[in-house]
Amino acid sequence: MTTMTLGRTGVPTKYLPVLVTGCLLVAMFVVGGIRYEGFASGQVILNVFIDNAFLLVVAVGMTFVILTGGIDLSVGSVVALSTMISASLMAGPGWPPYLVIPLVLVIGSGLGLVMGYIVHAFDIQPFVVTLAGMFLARGLCYTIGTDSIPIEDPTFTAFAQDRIDLFADLWISPSVLIAALVVLGAVYVLHYTRLGRSIYATGGSEQSALLMGLPVGRTKITVYTISGFCSALGGVLLSFYMLSGYGLHAVGMELDAIAAVVIGGTLLTGGSGFLLGTVLGVLVLGLIQTIISFEGTLSSWWTKIFIGLLLFVFILLQRVFSARSRR
Amino acid sequence: MTEHILRMSGITKTFPGVKALQDVNLTVRRGEIHAICGENGAGKSTLMKVLSGVYPFGDYEGEITFEGQKCEFGGIRDSEHAGIVIIHQELALSPQLSIAENIFLGNERARRGWIDWNRTNYEAGALMKRVGLRENPTTMIADLGVGKQQLVEIAKALAKEVKLLILDEPTAALNDDDSAHLLDLLRGLRDEGITCVIISHKLNEVIAIADSVTIIRDGRTIESLDMAADHVTEDRIISGMVGRALDNRFPPHESKIGTEALRVEDWTVYSPSQPGRKVVDGADLMLRRGEIVGLAGLMGAGRTELAMSLFGRTYGVHISGKVFKDGKPIEIRNVQDAIRHGIAYATEDRKRYGLNLIEDIKRNISAAGLHGLSRRGWVNENEEYRVAEEFHRSMNIKAPSVNSVVGKLSGGNQQKVVLSKWILTEPDVLILDEPTRGIDVGAKYEIYTIINRLADQGKAVLVISSELPELLGLCDRIYTLSEGRITGEVPRREATQESLMHLMTKGQE
Repeated sequence: MTTMTLGRTGVPTKYLPVLVTGCLLVAMFVVGGIRYEGFASGQVILNVFIDNAFLLVVAVGMTFVILTGGIDLSVGSVVALSTMISASLMAGPGWPPYLVIPLVLVIGSGLGLVMGYIVHAFDIQPFVVTLAGMFLARGLCYTIGTDSIPIEDPTFTAFAQDRIDLFADLWISPSVLIAALVVLGAVYVLHYTRLGRSIYATGGSEQSALLMGLPVGRTKITVYTISGFCSALGGVLLSFYMLSGYGLHAVGMELDAIAAVVIGGTLLTGGSGFLLGTVLGVLVLGLIQTIISFEGTLSSWWTKIFIGLLLFVFILLQRVFSARSRR
Repeated sequence: MTEHILRMSGITKTFPGVKALQDVNLTVRRGEIHAICGENGAGKSTLMKVLSGVYPFGDYEGEITFEGQKCEFGGIRDSEHAGIVIIHQELALSPQLSIAENIFLGNERARRGWIDWNRTNYEAGALMKRVGLRENPTTMIADLGVGKQQLVEIAKALAKEVKLLILDEPTAALNDDDSAHLLDLLRGLRDEGITCVIISHKLNEVIAIADSVTIIRDGRTIESLDMAADHVTEDRIISGMVGRALDNRFPPHESKIGTEALRVEDWTVYSPSQPGRKVVDGADLMLRRGEIVGLAGLMGAGRTELAMSLFGRTYGVHISGKVFKDGKPIEIRNVQDAIRHGIAYATEDRKRYGLNLIEDIKRNISAAGLHGLSRRGWVNENEEYRVAEEFHRSMNIKAPSVNSVVGKLSGGNQQKVVLSKWILTEPDVLILDEPTRGIDVGAKYEIYTIINRLADQGKAVLVISSELPELLGLCDRIYTLSEGRITGEVPRREATQESLMHLMTKGQE
């Protein structure tokens, strides 16, 4: 016995959590379709993507970090800072979006780079470093302004409100397209590059990765930079969605992103997990919200309760699997 | 009052597939210092774990009688309650707590649930005086050297009203002064009526301090000797320790020895955790192409430390010395440098440091050699699969496919994955640390065959092993290491287990 399989299905253990999340998603969709009129349509699914494109991008970055065994608590604040910088530069000096967006991405990546460097060079727990980053970025928002700044740049708003028509009345926003490209790029990096291998190896066992001559330090710095970049891009997408910059945007989004990654089956200890799982995780979170809005009478706090229950279930599942595979 | 404080008889302990102890007998007289000697892996530590209840009653066969009463310890708490305290080589102290807090940890001086600090510190002070530790009871453990920490452990044992004190390699990490002080202290405790069992590799210490000695080899009691009555010498102990059963078979091999591949001069490494302690002390080594060289040494001699410090400074601080590759001086600052210079190191702890257990065979094999399998950062997965399949076949790795998870493989097959990984980096020098540890006899033969094949390809191989028969069966030349120094270099023809053990136990003059 070398690959553990579930019953006779022949699915290797490492795909199991993703499979479970996938089944859960299908089950939720089926239940929703039976209970509510107009739920079982393609556009409902696409709306989940449209409403959560920014979360998806942020969760992709988080997946990189968690795969190395780290964590990034700063993402929500970096998202807010990005919306704030974009909005203020476009509103005040009237910078064009094609200048503002690259600048925001550079700032986000730079923040990630610095945090990654501190984690590596001083050997400090990522939790603490990114916690500091979280406060820092959130605080910087308020140095720009304490109120919400609307975005009125015509190019920006036109792009944000653009619809990409698919077949049969279905449509997506440009943000979804961007998120999809990010996901594809990330899958490619994780599975087809040396960097991807180093990420999995570092998370699997940092000591043995070091003794294999893998560039562990560089890998760690890189994943935090990627996460910073994804947060900034997530911030840009959020400003498309909100058409404003505000210091109170994306409060607690780091926790949503972590939840999506964990529900997607990635081990918090690192080394095991797939980006597809994260995509499914984001969809599960989005679908919970959709179901609750269809229910109508339930308060939105039920979203949190369901997410909480789901997290418990998934963490227990992971525990069971990792305990079994250690034997 | 009986004359014998402890009698262990017919102790047998089996781990899955291995008999670690077989019908072991140990009798300790009241008020003596009793030494237990044996090679690495002879079963000394297992025996002490049985005695202290780490392996609870029912987990082993045999009988333990302590103070005339049959004992059935369910855990360490039970054995400590009876008055048996074991001090492990890795000290079990809480570094951020004070001396006094550590001494009474789990045994607090308290009144109605509140700790009585005056009494704690006062009593700690008294115990510290007994063990000759001149420190403030409120000093933090982390601020003490290892020697003093050892004394805290003993004070802790005294606080538990110990009758039988077991020390596992107590002087292994100590310098000469601290060792001498510790041995004096043990003599003092003996005179106070506390019986001691001491496990030690340092035979000169055993001769100096012990009243009797029990020798264990391959999980069996070889003999018990009374130091005075039997006129025990170091030679006498060594002849009992060695002569391990030659149950390994070795493939016939004739080395074709070529030119010098690696030379190390005056290699000195300091311990990262104990400032000022030399773990490797001025070691000189030379490996030739096509030659299999052994490195013999007992636990704590510095074998792994020597290897890891050479392999990209992955162990130790203030490393000094010269390394020559093919006669040219080289500088190795990190693992990448080592790999680039054609040096590979297969660790003794495969599971923790050698493999990514949750990944598959293919990715473990390619991990160190990804450079050759990728272009501009993109991994060529087809090529990777092909290479892994090739090793799967040529190394005879028993797994359904190269996609199998490494954590599920047997020890022998995991080791083959580790070796494949390093062979893929095309090294000239391979350092193999305990290459057959935890591997069954059949797989050992396969590993030996692979090692011979590597030498035939013109690679220099350094084998570090605790098993002397393995070194004698495999190597062309054997270095011995003792307390961080190279104490001998013996060609295979002239080497015997006794001669090697002499060199391995040679203390500092």
